[in-house]
Amino acid sequence: MRLSSRAESFFVLISPTIVIIFWEIVVRIGYVEPLFFPPPTLVLATLIELVKTGELQPHVFISLKRIFFGFLLGVIPGLILGLIMGWSRSVRIFFDPLISATYPIPKIALLPLIMLIFGIGEMSKIVLIAIGCFFVVLINSMAGVMSINKIYFEVAENYGASKYQIFKKIVLTGSLPMIFTGLRLALGLSLILVVAAEMVSANQGLGAMIWKAWETLRTENLYVGIIIIAFLGLLSTSILKRVERKLMPWGRT
Amino acid sequence: MKVICKNISMGYTTQNGPIEALKDVNFEVGEQEFICVLGPSGCGKTTLLKIIAGLLKPTDGQVIYKGEKSTNPLNSVVFQEHGIFPWLNVIDNVSFGLEMRGIKKEERYEISRKFIRKFGLARFEKNYPHELSVGMKQRVGLARAFVNGPEILLMDEPFAALDAQTKLILQEELLRIWKEHKKSVIYITHDIEEAILLGDRVIVMTQRPGRVKKDVPINLGRPRSIETENSEEFTSLKIDIWNLIKEEVYISIGA
Repeated sequence: MRLSSRAESFFVLISPTIVIIFWEIVVRIGYVEPLFFPPPTLVLATLIELVKTGELQPHVFISLKRIFFGFLLGVIPGLILGLIMGWSRSVRIFFDPLISATYPIPKIALLPLIMLIFGIGEMSKIVLIAIGCFFVVLINSMAGVMSINKIYFEVAENYGASKYQIFKKIVLTGSLPMIFTGLRLALGLSLILVVAAEMVSANQGLGAMIWKAWETLRTENLYVGIIIIAFLGLLSTSILKRVERKLMPWGRT
Repeated sequence: MKVICKNISMGYTTQNGPIEALKDVNFEVGEQEFICVLGPSGCGKTTLLKIIAGLLKPTDGQVIYKGEKSTNPLNSVVFQEHGIFPWLNVIDNVSFGLEMRGIKKEERYEISRKFIRKFGLARFEKNYPHELSVGMKQRVGLARAFVNGPEILLMDEPFAALDAQTKLILQEELLRIWKEHKKSVIYITHDIEEAILLGDRVIVMTQRPGRVKKDVPINLGRPRSIETENSEEFTSLKIDIWNLIKEEVYISIGA
């Protein structure tokens, strides 16, 4: 069965709607403990309440700020080094042992060390996110350059491209699809890391909010936190998709 | 401008030991001459072309470009199938060489449009390669080389991936546009009929290590078309060249 795109955008809403309605009903008639699964209407009411009192916004704002700076701080050097490593075999061989050895470390395991070095303030959270983003973007952009068909480098050379032109027209452009894969993964990772860091050592931020909700057994606040994080994930991914379409009008190949 | 290949030898090492790809290749391409290099697959034809293009350095010998100095690029290559950039639309692919030489957008588009029209691509100017057929893509590759205005055009089996009919059409188009612009061409192919149809001379290569087996002049009148292939002269040339190349093919397939 094929649906028109309008019908399709309606169709995708059906299954989540059913789940939410079902959830509401089973909680209301008492089959499920509301402490674990507060009814969706209550979560929604709590969300509105938290926005009205202005309690929610600072949490969202500070998490976003940490993600933003951590993302930039990790992505920029990761992208540059990744592209160069993909392009130059000798640079790749030089750095590869370091990258291969440090890449598999779960980044959260570094948090205590980072806090030791950078203190428990903003910097340690930003650095943790940056380290995570750095690796995924590096690995993906390097793979992106290496996947470019060699013939394009020959074409560029034959048609008189300078090193700089080759970098701009072949290395960077040709690896864009993989760069965007890396950026998408980096965004997802940023959300994970910011929440983890905030749960451990923060008074503000979505992770801290969720943790506090758990400590005070205010499950509906906990759900609000989860929903906001999910929403941020969706929003950032769709923004990135838009940028991707703008920068890559030839589409993914 | 004349191109002279002098004692070109090429070897490289692979995991299975050293390979001698070319050995003492000698030939000349005169001004405005269309030369076809014909050989069995794996005889080093593409390696030879890359050496002439300056993309590879031969282990021995040299390529000499002889003639008046000009500001034009020495050579432009039309690559096999995947030579055009998937991330550039037709007009940006075609004007790539001009862009690399720093020619302003308006000017390079104007020059490119002339060739885009000649190759029947006018309606596809803004299209990306994945929206084009294989034949159209090769037209883009040809247009890009012609626009660049080189002293000599180097073509590496540009039509090898095309179906027979599209191939015929593109061969005729190429001959028509070549006649207009009178460029020297070195055209690599493994297709005997194509070599005879296009070339002023056909250089038959041996099996690896590739050497020049024979330099066959093609004294068929121009313009040539599919009808040329029905003439008696064409058929006898075809048989002559087939006899030259047959034993090389036998060696290459291990028979």
